[in-house]
Amino acid sequence: MANLTEFARERYAQAALRARPASIWLRRGWSETLIELLIRLSGLSTIAIVGLIFLFLVREGLPTFLDIPLRQLFSGRWYPIEGLYGLWPLLVGSLVVTAGAIIIAVPLGLTTAIYLGEIAPPWQREILKPLVEVLAGIPSIVLGFLGWVTLAPIIQGLGAPTGLTALTGSLILAYMALPAIISISEDALYAVPKEYRDGALAIGATQWQTIWRVVLPAARSGLAMAVMLGIGRAIGETMAVMMVTGNAAFVPDLGLDMPLSPVRTMTATIAAEMGEVAQGSLHYSVLFGIGIVLFVVTFTINLIAGRLVGSVVRRRGGQL
Amino acid sequence: MTRAATERSIKINVRNFSFYYGDFQALDSLTLGIGQNEITALIGPSGCGKSTFLRSLNRMNDTIPGARAVGDVLLDGKNIYDPEVDVTELRQRVGMVFQRPNPFPQSIYDNVAFGPRVLGTARRSDLGDLVRQSLIDASLWDDVKHRLHGSALNLNPGQQQRLCIARAIAVKPDVILMDEPCSALDPVATLRVEDLMRELAEHFTIVIVTHNMQQAARVSDQTGFFWLGRLVEFDETERLFSAPREALTEAYITGRRG
Ligand SMILES: Nc1ncnc2c1ncn2[C@@H]1O[C@H](COP(=O)(O)OP(=O)(O)O)[C@@H](O)[C@H]1O
Ligand SMILES: [Mg+2]
Repeated sequence: MANLTEFARERYAQAALRARPASIWLRRGWSETLIELLIRLSGLSTIAIVGLIFLFLVREGLPTFLDIPLRQLFSGRWYPIEGLYGLWPLLVGSLVVTAGAIIIAVPLGLTTAIYLGEIAPPWQREILKPLVEVLAGIPSIVLGFLGWVTLAPIIQGLGAPTGLTALTGSLILAYMALPAIISISEDALYAVPKEYRDGALAIGATQWQTIWRVVLPAARSGLAMAVMLGIGRAIGETMAVMMVTGNAAFVPDLGLDMPLSPVRTMTATIAAEMGEVAQGSLHYSVLFGIGIVLFVVTFTINLIAGRLVGSVVRRRGGQL
Repeated sequence: MTRAATERSIKINVRNFSFYYGDFQALDSLTLGIGQNEITALIGPSGCGKSTFLRSLNRMNDTIPGARAVGDVLLDGKNIYDPEVDVTELRQRVGMVFQRPNPFPQSIYDNVAFGPRVLGTARRSDLGDLVRQSLIDASLWDDVKHRLHGSALNLNPGQQQRLCIARAIAVKPDVILMDEPCSALDPVATLRVEDLMRELAEHFTIVIVTHNMQQAARVSDQTGFFWLGRLVEFDETERLFSAPREALTEAYITGRRG
């Protein structure tokens, strides 16, 4: 009896093994297969397009790094007309403007989100939140105008030789990054369960201690995301920055008044000069070379951000 | 239960206390005395005001817009609704454990150390001992002593609730309020928390809301029966369950209403 069932079970298992591939094909049918194929194709095409863009960038930009000695590339003089292609001023320009924007936008954005999410009475929230959305909808070129017309004179009033400076660019950029930072961090704060706040308050923590020691840590991966997206917006922005930074391609003196000097960013350089160069010339390649540098920088930042968020998640036992 | 027969010392004296959410009156002139080192159970159907009353005892209702309290709640003879009372100090003395375990998404250690840290009640060098002692008192130490720095969210619900109790007692309160602390727990975890309550009553005054009448009968010294915002009957637990004075109480505990 026992042998018989044993035997039957084995036969059944073998049959099932043999039958499985065929039956899966039969049950899925051709529409299932087609859908899967389409999804696979669209996924692969996205990857392929990114790859092609990168290849194109490399092909057009490569002469930069082959034909120009590295020493010249890192020199301080960007005079394309005289054949001098020093990228250093543009790198420094981008760095100063972006760093300035981050320093302004991150604390301002986070505190605004905390105010909106945790402190403001409901009627204020109802007025302020739509305003933030409106801010997000302002085209960057309009902000550029504003910077030119109203911000620049104020900056000049501070004692700068001109109103079109790195600081002007940072302020405009910060403004542009703010809506993303505010609304994403507010979402992150909103996602923190009320039970955590109750728990802290019930022990005798003040509202501020509750926010600082419970709510913010609980929301930190979302907050990190908000900051990274804000920074991403700041680095990629071109037109407004081109309008208000003065477009002077030389390295400002190191010092406290560095933000008050006119600079030129990498993105602004590409946008301004692309229309004037002969296709295939060295100048043309160098503009693509700048594109490669931008690509590498952005990629690195995203990579670091990914690591940061990942390690935070791991440290907290897999809990976002 | 025998203690009540001898003289009781009253920890919280509630006199003519009413509570309103806007126009809605949730509590109607409650008067009762909560005895020191006793476990006081509050029973009654859903929505009759048990949680409201409990949250009135450490002023957790303060944050609700339009909420208003009338009458006195005297803690050791001092009215906690006096304007000069510091609410954070009050909540340190009157701790709270919630219906759903709510450990912070931090390490076990940080959860227990939270209160002493924000209140500044322990020296840095004493903090480790305090955390350990609180976990021992909450009968959680043996479960977690090898993973104090692991996430509190990896504990099971029963352990999480005992962690919340440890977190509450780490600031050395006088009173612990528990709002249906076992309703999210399985029967075994529930019994553990009940045992723990009996031990804690040696050092603390405990007020527990429950709509499980067996639980009230098992753990408490005094029981109050709430009905539509009123305190219908308040008596020694044994007495209330064996010989209720009010018909409404009897109907509820024998299961005819609720
Ligand atoms: N925040 C609030 N705002 C308005 N009404 C509330 C609020 N909380 C509770 N209530 C009302 O107060 C009454 C008592 O609620 P509650 O104290 O939670 O009862 P229980 O804990 O006994 O179930 C209910 O009618 C409930 O709807
Ligand atoms: Mg309740």
